[in-house]
Amino acid sequence: MVWQSLDIRRRSATTTPMPQARESTEVAKLIDISQCIGCKACQVACMEWNDLRQEVGYCVGVYDNPPDLTAKAWTVMRFTELENDGRLEWLIRKDGCMHCQDPGCLKACPAPGAIVQYANGIVEFHQEHCIGCGYCLTGCPFNIPRLSDQDHKAYKCSLCSDRVAVGQVPACIKTCPTGALHFGSKEDMKEHAEQRIADLKSRGFANAGLYDPPGVEGTHVMYVLQHADHPEWYAGLPHDPAISPLVEVWKGWTKPLAIGVMAAGVLASLIHYVMKGPNEISKETEKEVENETRPE
Amino acid sequence: MRRDPNDLDRYTASERVTHWIVGISFILAGLSGLALFHPAFWPFTMLFGSSTWTRILHPWFGVVMAVAFLLMMLQFWKLNTMGKVDWQWLGRIGEMVSGDDQNMPEQGKYNGGQKLLFWLLVLGTVLLLVSGIALWRAWFHFPVEQVRWAAVVHAATAAVMIGLIMLHVYASIWVRSTIRAMWYGTVTRAWARQHHRAWYRQVTGIDK
Ligand code: HEM
Ligand code: SF4
Ligand code: SF4
Repeated sequence: MVWQSLDIRRRSATTTPMPQARESTEVAKLIDISQCIGCKACQVACMEWNDLRQEVGYCVGVYDNPPDLTAKAWTVMRFTELENDGRLEWLIRKDGCMHCQDPGCLKACPAPGAIVQYANGIVEFHQEHCIGCGYCLTGCPFNIPRLSDQDHKAYKCSLCSDRVAVGQVPACIKTCPTGALHFGSKEDMKEHAEQRIADLKSRGFANAGLYDPPGVEGTHVMYVLQHADHPEWYAGLPHDPAISPLVEVWKGWTKPLAIGVMAAGVLASLIHYVMKGPNEISKETEKEVENETRPE
Repeated sequence: MRRDPNDLDRYTASERVTHWIVGISFILAGLSGLALFHPAFWPFTMLFGSSTWTRILHPWFGVVMAVAFLLMMLQFWKLNTMGKVDWQWLGRIGEMVSGDDQNMPEQGKYNGGQKLLFWLLVLGTVLLLVSGIALWRAWFHFPVEQVRWAAVVHAATAAVMIGLIMLHVYASIWVRSTIRAMWYGTVTRAWARQHHRAWYRQVTGIDK
């Protein structure tokens, strides 16, 4: 769904500029991992608002439930038991789309309009244009989109763009009982994060910091980490995420170049035909063959 | 069909049928693949019912093409082994391109260019098949890093293959009386003598 208040800033498989006239405030969700208790209220709120019911599964021996993101579970809590300096720490990370400023999913998508980025930074999948190729899974540096087994469309967190468009906060933010989740302008969220980080530092987390990775030009979902020097401790959060160089090669200038070379080949063939004329059998050969095949 | 009792047999009916299956499935795979290759070719999705149908059908066109081509390879590989004379011919390909091929080294059933093309297409088909399977999310699940490699290999190989096939098609149009070999299975003696003299002597027994 496209809301008038959400101008589209980028659109998959589209080579001309998108509307730029209206300025828009960039928004962000801030996930303060140090305040999360792993209650999963946000998972429930996400299901409710987006009307999704992931099939009830099995306990796989850890708290993660469902054990992975799916087409119907757009956010899951990932639990890590960390032994650090002889102390046990329980790191609980709310996983889901990071809403990258430079989204690898959108860059990879071949279907015009299946993935858009709004001027406020939200990246959204429009399933009615999705062809189910899975290129977004290949392009995403965070392993987020999931192809549905039911309809072969790709799904992920929409940051409740429909709520945000009408001035509401995303459902997960609304429901969080501890205040671990915040939503607002990206600037405000950074400011709030700074206070939280100063607090964590004063409590002995010397390496506390904000996760807003520059490799993807920053994200519209940010984490406050107690150990910002080790994001990988948080269920494998990537250290320096960026769109893979392979995806850049695959989706970069190589394609216009390949098209140019193919077109030049066609043109060169035509010019060759016109300049050299068809390669006919010479009269001389025809005569020789006649002599050779004349009955004795 | 022999239009003239002197025409020479070049392809059996089964060889021609396999070749046409390869050709048609290659064109279908190429058009459906290009639709996803770059937005400039997106309108090609309309040829296949819808954009989602294009995504669904493409790998099947590809598999038909690959299987038929690999069968064709079994029929033809012996005739395409490269010898010294083939490299000599390739070294003087400029004469061929300038339409002045009378003095080039004598060629058997296939010339050096055709043989080289044959092996490049074999290599390309294997690469497309392997990388295409890795990309095929409806059926296979490979680690994402391998899928990224597959995407680069598949797109690059496809572009090269399409270029090679355009060359192949152009050559058959430019060298007159060639295409009939794929319709009738036969060629004229004059054609064979001019373009594949060694083969001509071998099949006619005329030693000159
Ligand atoms: C050999 C068997 C083949 C298989 C299994 C295969 C499979 C695939 C798959 C799964 C995709 C991703 C889109 C989709 O899901 O439909 C794809 C893309 C593509 N294929 Fe194939 N394919 C094969 C052969 C070919 C052939 C013969 C060509 C023609 C030259 C070709 C050209 C392309 C192109 C140009 C793309 C788009 C690449 C891009 O997005 O950059 N493929 N193929
Ligand atoms: S995290 Fe992945 S799915 Fe989300 S915007 Fe970034 S690249 Fe796209
Ligand atoms: S699966 Fe859908 S959203 Fe993802 S890249 Fe393909 S068309 Fe785009």
